Amino acid sequence: MTWTWFHRLGSPPYVYGLATRLTPWFAWPAALLIIGGLWGGLVLAPPDYQQGDGFRIIYVHAPSAWMSLMVYTTMAIAAAVGLIWRIKVAHAVAASCAPIGASFTFAALVTGALWGQPMWGTYWEWDPRLTSELILLFLYLGYMGLRAGLEDTQRADRASAVLAVVGVVNVPIIHYSVTWWNSLHQAPSVMRLAKPTMAASMLVPLLMMLLGFTLFFGAVLLVRLRGEVLNRERSASWIREIVST
Amino acid sequence: MSHFFEMGGYAVFVWPAYAVTLAAIVLNIVWARRALARSRADARRRLAMRGEGP
Amino acid sequence: MSRFGSPAAGVVVQAGAITRESTLWAGSHQAPILDAARLALTRDLQLAFRKRGQLVQPLAFFAMVTMLFPLAISPELARLREIAPGVLWAGALLASLLALEFLFRDDAYDGTLEQYALSGQSLTWLMFAKTAAHWLLTGLPLALMAPLAALSLGVSAAAVPGIVASVAVGSVALSLIGSIGAALTLGIKRSGALLSLLTLPLSLPVLIFGARATQLAISGGPLLAPLELLAALVVLGVTLAPLAAAAAVRISLE
Repeated sequence: MTWTWFHRLGSPPYVYGLATRLTPWFAWPAALLIIGGLWGGLVLAPPDYQQGDGFRIIYVHAPSAWMSLMVYTTMAIAAAVGLIWRIKVAHAVAASCAPIGASFTFAALVTGALWGQPMWGTYWEWDPRLTSELILLFLYLGYMGLRAGLEDTQRADRASAVLAVVGVVNVPIIHYSVTWWNSLHQAPSVMRLAKPTMAASMLVPLLMMLLGFTLFFGAVLLVRLRGEVLNRERSASWIREIVST
Repeated sequence: MSHFFEMGGYAVFVWPAYAVTLAAIVLNIVWARRALARSRADARRRLAMRGEGP
Repeated sequence: MSRFGSPAAGVVVQAGAITRESTLWAGSHQAPILDAARLALTRDLQLAFRKRGQLVQPLAFFAMVTMLFPLAISPELARLREIAPGVLWAGALLASLLALEFLFRDDAYDGTLEQYALSGQSLTWLMFAKTAAHWLLTGLPLALMAPLAALSLGVSAAAVPGIVASVAVGSVALSLIGSIGAALTLGIKRSGALLSLLTLPLSLPVLIFGARATQLAISGGPLLAPLELLAALVVLGVTLAPLAAAAAVRISLE
């Protein structure tokens, strides 16, 4: 098996060109899936037996929460790759992920609060899931803050990569420890939507939204990646062609 | 139709939730494109300073 | 031929209290790593005792933070006793964050940190030694002061051993976790807020279990379980944190 395709992913000009070509292949399917999912979720799906039309928040809350975790994992893996094998493109990927992940973590927290108020009677609860998500937001902000505080791009890349990797170790610890602590204090009952027993008319739009958001992440990542790759390039020749168009 | 907007009485929760998420989507697109444009402008400036402009 | 084998050793000798017979380099041989670690620890302790005023600052800060709560919430001892674990741990966490700035600052400034990195000794061990010194200088005093603060919050004297134990163990973990953030933000001006932003999320498990242990100490319950979990976090920290801090220091010095 030839590994050329893998080695080419370390080449900034190749990645720049690939990102440019691939973006529409992520953006348009994402748009279609999200619009289709919105239609299915807001219009076609019947109201929930218990929560009425309020349950429709799931179609924006679940994808946002999924994004917040998926993007952090991507960021941490890219950071680790960049740290271990010293690949600039990997660091560029990690840098591109952070703002996307942070914004959807924020959206997940806000949409969760808006869902919590009518369903639980409170905008906020210090239960494991909410607390972990809030901590995740702080991890993102810390990552972006560290990058912003370091002027040298190479040092910023490597320092924030260490932070991202250490943060990943932290996430299961936080989630587990908060669960343990809560169980000592008799956790309040948490309403959960049991996904396997969801009706198809409700489930299909949710899956469309989840996939659509994922592809959206891909598209935005590819756009940001191009800029981050440019920022890390000093050699003139291939850049000259790019910026003159 | 009005039932759609009312969302069974939950409108004050559902629509802001959708608005926030839509804002996140739109802002991500805007920021990403702006970041790319800024990177390209920086690269162009770096080349010009070295006298190797396009 | 210099007795110390390199001019760099002279820098360390001037800046620190290392005697002529003991250096990290010992001429052309590498000193055993445990000796080097012990030297680094002793040096940090000796240097810190020259500036005793600085040692007191985190403790004074802790005392003042503890004082805020009776004044801001309620002077009623019964109520204070309820919130005492939280107050103690919030204060301890904030005070240790304050103290973290001292961990690497002077050594980074005078080049000692670079010498550690270049010395060929295991930087991980040297980071462990520095963190151990830091705990002895800040965490341990905090643990000894915590009972005083607790008594002022209406906690009974029977709880004192449990409080000391939980804060002592927890503060080890805090020093270890904090060393990573301190190493990452080396040299960044006014990095206090950023250091807190980086360190606090990682310190939350320590806060959770530490507060739980302190609460059980106060209420007289079995605090062995959360204490053991705290100890487990310490073990995790001891194995991983110096490694991460060493990597971060190398990155910061590049």
